[in-house]
Amino acid sequence: MTRGLRLALPFALGVAALITWEWLVTYYAVPRYVLPKPTEIAEALAADFPSLLASLWTTLRITLAAFALAVGGGVALAVLFSQSRLVELALSPYAVALQVTPVVAIAPLIVIWVGYERIDLALLILAWIVAFFPILSNTTVGLRSADHNLIDLFGLHGASRWQVLWRLRLPSALPYLLSGMKVSGGLALIGTVVAEFVAGTGTATGLAWRIVEAGNRLQIAKMFAALLLLAVLGIAIYFALGLLEYLALRRWHESAVRKEN
Amino acid sequence: MIVAQLDRVEKTYAGGPKALGPLGIAVARGEFLSLLGPSGCGKSTALRLIAGLLAPSAGSVSFPQGRPRIGFVFQDATLMPWARAIANVRLPLDLEGIARDEGNARAHAALVRVGLGDFAHAYPRALSGGMRMRVSIARALAAKPELLLMDEPFAALDELAREALNDDLLKLAREDGLTVVFVTHSVYESAFLSTRILAMTPRPGRVAAEIALASPAARTRAWRLTPEFAETAARVSRSLREAMSEAA
Repeated sequence: MTRGLRLALPFALGVAALITWEWLVTYYAVPRYVLPKPTEIAEALAADFPSLLASLWTTLRITLAAFALAVGGGVALAVLFSQSRLVELALSPYAVALQVTPVVAIAPLIVIWVGYERIDLALLILAWIVAFFPILSNTTVGLRSADHNLIDLFGLHGASRWQVLWRLRLPSALPYLLSGMKVSGGLALIGTVVAEFVAGTGTATGLAWRIVEAGNRLQIAKMFAALLLLAVLGIAIYFALGLLEYLALRRWHESAVRKEN
Repeated sequence: MIVAQLDRVEKTYAGGPKALGPLGIAVARGEFLSLLGPSGCGKSTALRLIAGLLAPSAGSVSFPQGRPRIGFVFQDATLMPWARAIANVRLPLDLEGIARDEGNARAHAALVRVGLGDFAHAYPRALSGGMRMRVSIARALAAKPELLLMDEPFAALDELAREALNDDLLKLAREDGLTVVFVTHSVYESAFLSTRILAMTPRPGRVAAEIALASPAARTRAWRLTPEFAETAARVSRSLREAMSEAA
């Protein structure tokens, strides 16, 4: 499939859907507090753009911070696991427990403990909990997937643990880590938004709060506008991490190498 | 002079039958020793025991002259896919703490010797199977091994690449006066390369026959086409078959 078609096809579909949406809402005279027209959403977006952008920035900031901490912490813990089976056996059940407990259920506790006056920190912790696990599990598998013959070869030439880790296990884990990052980036955003919803009150100023606020005031078009920004943010994060993956692996890893005919 | 000695060595993997032994092998300095046997006879295990990558279940592996510097070439090229050819060849030198400049010079020289001087900066995936194996051999040579262990290194290559690599390996081994232990299941390969062949029985592998060959000085590409080579191969083949039937 050509590159042009790959862009044109979803774009054409989107435009067609928007036109149909606009027409249906007009034709059936659907009230704007149930379903606004795309043009009304665009107007709302334009009218509230500065305040929505500020909220977007708040959400983005927490998402990125949580993501960075998840990558750092996940890789660090995975390295620790790879160095000590004992540590892995002791800690991994708790890492899993943290992962499988729904963040919505933990959120009220974290908010109470951290306090509303430091709500950003609470959001950060909650988003981190969600984003952390894919990094940990992917990197752990990746560190273990190093070629056994290469490990033997390193041993034959007297490599230290550190050399095996730095020169062999970490590069072997890189494709796994990058793939985990693509999942984790999206989860960090979801975690932030969910945490904002749970935190509720006006102390949080992210996009999720804008949605709650607009919903309470029946400003449905504004809800859609905030939702649109969230979707764009999620897509941007995903593609940025996809690009990073491609740039890091394009020279050597099968997943990123374009097939040559 | 004995470089490595296996004395009544046996190997049993956990939960399995005996894979190897009892096996006695003495590797003399400067010889090209082939372990020839069917798949699964434990010849790769023997190589790993010499390298110290496995511990014997019984018997002992010893080095009368002290532990030699060992080079190992695996059946697969076993390169780091994220590193260019030259960085792959430099790996043993890096691990030994040799300075980057000297390491690069030695790695490049080794690549030139295997005919890949122009591919120093290629990534493994851009190289053919035969070229990857050459990089793998260059990596082993760059570290100046006192004992080179090769585990069916050419088994996965096509006939032409295999013959070319046999020619070059023989030349390199002769130039460096290498001591080589070479594992193979190919009669022709072992007949072409070796100064001595140990034919092994099926699992559990033991030495069934020893075949000493004339000095390889005369061996060249053309030697493969001579009646003398055909006769040598036939002799090796006969010994191997006798080894099989004795075991059966």
